[in-house]
Amino acid sequence: MPLDIHLLIGGEAGQGLVTIGQLLSKALVRAGYEIFVSQSYHSRIRGGHNTFSIRLGGGPFFAPRESIDILVALNAETVELHRGQLTDQALLIADSDFAPDLPGTISVPFAELGPEHLWNTVALGLLGRILDLPSASLHQALEAMLGKKHPETLVENSEIMEKSRVWAAAHVPKHGFTLAGGAPATDRLLLNGNQAIALGALAGGLKFCAFYPMTPATSIVLELIAHAEVMGCVFEQAEDEIAAINMAIGAAYAGAPSMVATSGGGFALMAEGVSLAAMTETPVLVAVAQRPGPATGMPTRTEQGDLEFVLHAGHGEFPRAIFAPGSIEECYHLTQKALAMAEQAQSPVFLLTDQFLADSSRPVVPFDAAAIVPVVAGVEPSAVPTPYQRYRLTANGLSPRLLPGMSTHLVVADSDEHDEDGHISEDHGVRIAMVDKRLRKMEILKQEAIAPELAGEKGADLLLVCWGSSQGPVLEAVADLRGQGRNVASLHFSQVWPLVPAQFVDILQASGNVVCVEGNATGQFARLIQRETGFAMPSRIARYDGLPFTARYILNRLAAVEGKA
Amino acid sequence: MTSIEEYGKYETAWCPGCGNFGILKSLKQALVACELEPHQVLLVSGIGQAAKTPHYLKANVFNGLHGRSLPVAIGAKLANPELTVIAESGDGCMYGEGGNHFLAALRRNLNLTILAHDNRVYGLTKGQASPTSEQGFVTKTQPHGAFAAPFNPVAVAVTMGASFVARSYAGMPEHLAGLIVQAIKHRGTALVDILQPCVSFNKVNTYQWYKKHCYELAEDHDPADHVLALRTAMEFGERIPLGVIYKKEGPIFEDQFAVLKNGPLARQEVSREGLRQIMQGYI
Repeated sequence: MPLDIHLLIGGEAGQGLVTIGQLLSKALVRAGYEIFVSQSYHSRIRGGHNTFSIRLGGGPFFAPRESIDILVALNAETVELHRGQLTDQALLIADSDFAPDLPGTISVPFAELGPEHLWNTVALGLLGRILDLPSASLHQALEAMLGKKHPETLVENSEIMEKSRVWAAAHVPKHGFTLAGGAPATDRLLLNGNQAIALGALAGGLKFCAFYPMTPATSIVLELIAHAEVMGCVFEQAEDEIAAINMAIGAAYAGAPSMVATSGGGFALMAEGVSLAAMTETPVLVAVAQRPGPATGMPTRTEQGDLEFVLHAGHGEFPRAIFAPGSIEECYHLTQKALAMAEQAQSPVFLLTDQFLADSSRPVVPFDAAAIVPVVAGVEPSAVPTPYQRYRLTANGLSPRLLPGMSTHLVVADSDEHDEDGHISEDHGVRIAMVDKRLRKMEILKQEAIAPELAGEKGADLLLVCWGSSQGPVLEAVADLRGQGRNVASLHFSQVWPLVPAQFVDILQASGNVVCVEGNATGQFARLIQRETGFAMPSRIARYDGLPFTARYILNRLAAVEGKA
Repeated sequence: MTSIEEYGKYETAWCPGCGNFGILKSLKQALVACELEPHQVLLVSGIGQAAKTPHYLKANVFNGLHGRSLPVAIGAKLANPELTVIAESGDGCMYGEGGNHFLAALRRNLNLTILAHDNRVYGLTKGQASPTSEQGFVTKTQPHGAFAAPFNPVAVAVTMGASFVARSYAGMPEHLAGLIVQAIKHRGTALVDILQPCVSFNKVNTYQWYKKHCYELAEDHDPADHVLALRTAMEFGERIPLGVIYKKEGPIFEDQFAVLKNGPLARQEVSREGLRQIMQGYI
């Protein structure tokens, strides 16, 4: 078995968990480890129980693990909440004030090693020694994080980290973790899903972003804004989500590839804007990072509960595409694809992710910046027939899109039903022609639709079907089952609309048992598959407690499902 | 030189005698006076009888949703700062459904013009009270008379320190055209609240009523005096002042984005080297 260690740091918001978690993650990646980072936090700035989880070893890892090998408890509550997850050989690092009497417990005099507000740095020093990380790499990471913003605290932090490291060397038995096999390349990018979406958007030629802050989508925008000046991207925090999507539509109409990022509740406000983009045939990318609803729901938790909402949002009938990335790499690539499809089909296009994917980090092989193909908005004015008509009827439904002010042609766009010139029309013949024209663009989206990915062989005894962020946990569950000698495959959809049944229905039919694994209570994707193909998946594994799937969760539920069958 | 003919003539869906005719004429005059060609102009509107105006002259047009003309106008202006962007809609659209966007737009101060056709009634939906209807204004949906106090867009804009606040009247096309010219030339967000009779649904605020109550600000009115402007803006009833009530120069929203100095975003190359360096930061 390749090395697979699950390290969990727990404490209150404000104790600096994320800071040490990130420092440690960077140092681990530089040291050649594969890691998978996930976070769990409450919707508050101080207090509450938060955890920073790093799975590390030979990997690669695509999902979190439930059992814990090293638990760092920055408060007593962490011990109580997580002691049941500790493996037999686990280490529990806790302050001597609340260290329990359990085997593997390292009782640490935190107060002797550093002041309370820097206990996170103490923990960093301890872990550096336990994981046998080169001291230099941790100092380097510390300097990168504190050097610019708080150079005055760098010396103190460095000293505390070193002191703690020395303490650990004397008091903690060397754990002896070593990487199996050769170390992977070390120049990898450590990205979470939202960061990868932001990079993908910039690579795809994004020039405008409007938003209203909403967890777990906000970090997409934070990342874009951090790079906006270098990339010539304009952004604005709108007064509400209605304004955000209308701004993006205005910017896109005038030639800036545009996006908005939000979550369910904010997206509810955007619904009329989606319809406007469709009617005016304006390309816009809408990123929806799901969290559990209805209403405010659980703001910092995860769910795949808004598939049907995103599929149907906006009044009237019109084409759309919905991408659902399953990995960090897909976040990067599918965001580019989504921007391109929006422009190509002059339609709203969606990126459907969730809190789990948004906040999970993994090292990835660097993307090739030289190879990007950014979106070009509109067509050459010299190439359009005159007199120019924005909504000229064509065989494929695409009318030549010109940009206002970039030529002497006038670009008239209307939210009313309109004639080919773009002016209001109440003529019923025009109405039919325009509805048909818009719907013809569905064929373009279908031609470009990404086929689901089959991992394993067609005709397996058991097929696990999933979409979006469930991919990683499902792949790990499949690997486990294969290890038990079972003939299992998985089918992952990274695009959930439009569906092209010819791409996958034979796979469903050829499989023994088919189980749909999705993070909602009612089986929205299973129902969609049935509606589009007639194929009813006999079993489902659902999760809607606000937590992400893990391989263990899937395997446990599968046993129950198969027991029933 | 552009001519008024270049802006075309269209059949309209307005009632005979509608105040919109005068506003349309003044708008065309103003665009010609600013020496703008139709393709340099973008008219963004929402929904309502006023919001149909962009369909009745030659220009780039985005006729969006009810209440949403301003965010679309802002997005378009930020994508192409070379466009002359005018958001044009009625009182229901600008001050009711789009009220939050109106406040936010004034705070942002982009270089664009807001033309609000203010007839103090909903026309397209046939005669309900609007945010600017007088208290006691009786309609089928306000049978006891409008209870809510009317919104004073000019006073709100002056209070917020909007950079150009003016009021005109559809029955005075030369006055209105002159104000629209000043609004377009102003560097910042310019509001022109345009009082307008609705011959079908507002039997109170008629041409005669406006003629009786409106007066032009004296030439010595100093629009730079914020306190005087506020006092002037609060005057709305027996006497209604017309003209540039408040004006100030200052930075505009666009100034904070270096990239906008290079013209339309559509013409800017995506920097592969910039992207490469950004990615390096994640190692």
